[in-house]
Amino acid sequence: MKKRFVSLLLIAALSLAGTSLFAADIELLNVSYDPTRELYEQFNQAFLKHYKAETGDNVKIKQSHGGSGKQALAVIEGLEADVVTLALAYDIENIAEKSKSIPQDWQKRLPDNSTPYTSTVVFLVRKGNPKKITKWEDLLKPGVSVIAAHPKTSGVARWSYLAGWGAILKQQLGDLKKLNDPKYANEVTAAQKKAREYTAELYRHVKVLDSGARGSTQTFVQRRIGDVLLNWENEAYLAVREYGADQFEIVVPPISILAEPPVAVIDKVVDKRGTRKAAEAYLKYLYSKEGQEIAAKNYYRPRDPEVLKKYSNNFAKVELFSIDDVFGGWQKAQKIHFSDGGVFDQINAR
Amino acid sequence: MKNKTTRWSDRVIPILMITLTLLFVSLFLIIPLISIFTEAFRQGTRAYLESFKDEYAWSAIRLTLITAGIAVPMNVVFGVMAAWCITKFQFRGKNILITLIDLPFAISPVIAGLIFVLAFGQRTALGAWLIDHDIKIIFAAPGIVLATVFVTFPFVARELIPLMQEQGTLEEEAAVSLGAGGWSIFWRVTLPNIKWGLLYGLILCNARAMGEFGAVSVVSGHIRGETNTVPLYIETLYAGYSTVAAFSMATLLAGLAIITLIAKSIVEWKVKRGRRNTET
Repeated sequence: MKKRFVSLLLIAALSLAGTSLFAADIELLNVSYDPTRELYEQFNQAFLKHYKAETGDNVKIKQSHGGSGKQALAVIEGLEADVVTLALAYDIENIAEKSKSIPQDWQKRLPDNSTPYTSTVVFLVRKGNPKKITKWEDLLKPGVSVIAAHPKTSGVARWSYLAGWGAILKQQLGDLKKLNDPKYANEVTAAQKKAREYTAELYRHVKVLDSGARGSTQTFVQRRIGDVLLNWENEAYLAVREYGADQFEIVVPPISILAEPPVAVIDKVVDKRGTRKAAEAYLKYLYSKEGQEIAAKNYYRPRDPEVLKKYSNNFAKVELFSIDDVFGGWQKAQKIHFSDGGVFDQINAR
Repeated sequence: MKNKTTRWSDRVIPILMITLTLLFVSLFLIIPLISIFTEAFRQGTRAYLESFKDEYAWSAIRLTLITAGIAVPMNVVFGVMAAWCITKFQFRGKNILITLIDLPFAISPVIAGLIFVLAFGQRTALGAWLIDHDIKIIFAAPGIVLATVFVTFPFVARELIPLMQEQGTLEEEAAVSLGAGGWSIFWRVTLPNIKWGLLYGLILCNARAMGEFGAVSVVSGHIRGETNTVPLYIETLYAGYSTVAAFSMATLLAGLAIITLIAKSIVEWKVKRGRRNTET
């Protein structure tokens, strides 16, 4: 009896030693924003196969999803993310600044500003577009109720806010280049005033402010509230795919913002847990052909020109402006518009 | 004439009240309950059972059971101790203690969760020290247990205090005069007197511990397969367009609620009988 127990123990110990000798088991936590659930579910499967073939190690990737700003706060408070894949650069800058767990130049560590895919903000309306919404100005038509997420907690909500603001600037100025030309200073000031009035009026049309992108999709799609949903292009396509094109249609406004959702390895966490190699490989793989294809299939605009061409039917032609050109980058935009007491608070308080 | 009309209204008003109440109950309780089950079985029994094959589902169920398994016994011990102190002894600050016990009822669960994030988050000295020493509190199981203990703390104590107050200290005093020690008084006199009330509090405490959403949501970090309890997992599934799986998991909580209700009414009946026995 005793002998058998000992041999059992030995076998158990050997098999344990065996697995750890030949292949390491690595766990990564990817803290992401709201609409990427389906994207990373597919991407993680592809990556763990790729990594196993490449290194022989088993990776298990755990996911956490929520509003981008909320997720960044959780990481700052100590949620041990090996990688973050958030909706906008400011949220990762916020992590860098408040928790000092990543260097200030994090965005230069990967190609294309550390954003392996881009997206934009589009409108989702009820079938047949009963309120005839085609452009940003139409959102202010009387009786139109808008569903959007809260700019303080959600990434796409901030992109949407800035997209509308920029669209009005473009409408007023005709050419966004005037913004950085001192010659047109007066014209620009007047246009900024108009954009502010537009945005204030827009949020008076917002019926429900959810905390994240997925929540606002559900409000619009499942609870059937509102005439138009402002959301990610990928989120709108997914909603149409899940609920059928017979109920909703996507309206692409003539102009919108180039949304860049960045990714980063959290140095402090991967160095402590010894997961740096896998975490870096994980993010790099997003830029591979397979990673780019998975992004494109999930309606994220791939960076790779060949993949983009192959999936060009997935993406509408739309004029896109960048946050750097129109708002002088995320730090500035966040400070002016979304910080406590910023423009969003001012127009919302009225 | 006058007499007749009052008699007529006497008969109609109760009927009206009963129908209104029934309508209200079915609108707000029965219809949602039925809809949970119809949504869960919409694609047949196989799809329903399929939902429980998922490893994330099991890890959520396991975490919920562990959480309740720690929180409920802790609250039973502390609840009995608190109720014992408050009802059997006189001391200064007693009213403050009673108020403190009620605190979790007065605070919104989300705020309760935030308290723990603020206390144990990386930005506080304590939180930074814990994380440096690899002790995980928030965004891990211990934080979920803590938040659950906090939110469910009053259930046992609140149930016992009025019961023990009503029973007074006479029997315990008699036991003391006969030479019984503290432990034996507790086991032989106090506990038999309060057992049904205790069970009642325990059932409510357990139901809330398993169903708590707000406080747990704040401290969880929502890591699939690791820090998702059943209620959080239901939200994750629902937000991921897995409606059938979400409602299948919800049937577990609905089932728990029904069992709780039945157990509660049995215990309630026992409590009443117990009281009647002590009166006679």
